[in-house]
Amino acid sequence: MELAVLLPAIAFYVFAGAAIAFAFGVVAARNPVRSVLFLIMTFFSAAGLFVLLGAEFLAMILVMVYVGAVAVLFLFVVMMLDIDFVEMKQGFADYLPLGGLLAFVLTVELIVLGASWSISGKAEELRQAPITEGQDNLQAFSAVLYTDYAFFLEAAGLVLLVAMIGAIVLTNFHKKGVKRQNIPAQVARRAEDGVELVDVKPGQGI
Amino acid sequence: MSEFFSLLFDTATPLGWSVVTLLKVLGFVVVLLVSLAFILLADRKIWAAVQMRKGPNVVGAFGLLQSFADFLKFAFKEVIIPAGTDKFIFIMAPFLSLVMAFIAWSVVPVAPGWVISDLNVGILYLLAISSLGVYGIILGGWASNSKYSFLGALRSTAQMVSYEVSIGFVIVTVLLLAGSMNLSEIVEAQAGGFWHWYGLAFSPITLVMLPMMVVFFISALAETNRPPFDLPEAESELVAGYQVEYSSTLYLLFMIGEYLNIVLMCSMVTILFLGGWHAPFDFAPFTWVPPVLWFSIKALFIFFLFAMVKAIVPRYRYDQLMRLGWKVFLPLSMGAVVLVSAWVVFAQGGA
Repeated sequence: MELAVLLPAIAFYVFAGAAIAFAFGVVAARNPVRSVLFLIMTFFSAAGLFVLLGAEFLAMILVMVYVGAVAVLFLFVVMMLDIDFVEMKQGFADYLPLGGLLAFVLTVELIVLGASWSISGKAEELRQAPITEGQDNLQAFSAVLYTDYAFFLEAAGLVLLVAMIGAIVLTNFHKKGVKRQNIPAQVARRAEDGVELVDVKPGQGI
Repeated sequence: MSEFFSLLFDTATPLGWSVVTLLKVLGFVVVLLVSLAFILLADRKIWAAVQMRKGPNVVGAFGLLQSFADFLKFAFKEVIIPAGTDKFIFIMAPFLSLVMAFIAWSVVPVAPGWVISDLNVGILYLLAISSLGVYGIILGGWASNSKYSFLGALRSTAQMVSYEVSIGFVIVTVLLLAGSMNLSEIVEAQAGGFWHWYGLAFSPITLVMLPMMVVFFISALAETNRPPFDLPEAESELVAGYQVEYSSTLYLLFMIGEYLNIVLMCSMVTILFLGGWHAPFDFAPFTWVPPVLWFSIKALFIFFLFAMVKAIVPRYRYDQLMRLGWKVFLPLSMGAVVLVSAWVVFAQGGA
């Protein structure tokens, strides 16, 4: 087979296989910190798949936002939790029948769905993202994102803003009686405000 | 024989491309590591000079070989892995921080065409990689199974994540002016004398860009855990933060990674604000100097500033550090993005 066709195919199977293997690792790992590490590797594989699709901008954003920020916060939380692994494993046998049943039902449903699924001849063609020659990924993106989809973008921003304010309101409280640092006041402070020169008479004290 | 060589170095063929790229990578790694040895020495010498000491002066003439002596010392010591550590992650963490520091260099152009990979989204790649640098620290701190390490790692990570935000916004201002995410194109956009460099341009927008250069510089200090923001490793308070349990070669890897990141940040200031490889004057005697030398001179000058800051500025308190990042730099850089985009649209006429 042609090398130019073969290489992306190999790369796809490597990334896709890695993504599935790491995703399995997330569930299977005993140590939650390792689970998060597997999750990070899964994100990475997904970023690799994006690069294969020619969406290098999405790949970079995925790494930057999910791996660089979200997963770090996951790690923070998981590392600081004091988790008793023995206790966690105790419930395993109790939940096994119910969990197994659920997994079985879902698998059967998937198989039934997959068997009855038919793909129209045009589907693949329609799904392909048009990559215009001489226009990079980023330009193609921003050309529609800030014009046709500007409303959705702003709406999404608004939803995030509301969520952020909500989180701050829920967690932020001011303890009474705590001295806070007032930087402008400190900077504006002069020697005359803080120092008082007293002329002490000998033998009298202040 | 010459035919063989022309085939070997022909970038059009897969073999030639691989060979040339490999040589480029090797060149970057060797040059970086060797210059790092002297940069480390320079850091200590400058620090010493400010405090009126001599600094390292025993190994080699003027102590020039001090870093190599240190390297040998590190390499021959025993690797101590404390009990109760997650061994795999404990050993992986320093490697991770070293590798992340190295692969960030793959998009840095040091002269026209002297770049391993001229990515179109180069600057995004840099941001993505530098946000991954956090993992070496947080994993190292956690895997050490020590409270000091863990607290140091948490501090360090929170600090790096915070300052990444303002660094990102400062970079956006440069991107708006250059109209490209490709680092080589950003440098090319600043061609023709220092009055075209974004940090010093003879243009009203410099009133915004010059402060942004300062913000970037200070954020870079915080991002690389340099004094005055070296809280993660504050020797007097947290012993050495996340790296307290590390010894010998593993510690050395952390150290190299840290200094590589510092030099990377110096190069970033050079590329974004100081015209990269361009000479300060675009006429005869200055243009004779090879571009890579101009790049090095500028980057080393920024490193000199890094070293001076270390010597003369007292350490910030943690809450002051957070305040500076979130309440001062973030609004400042966001405001700058608004101003610069207005400038690009209304004064330069078009995005």
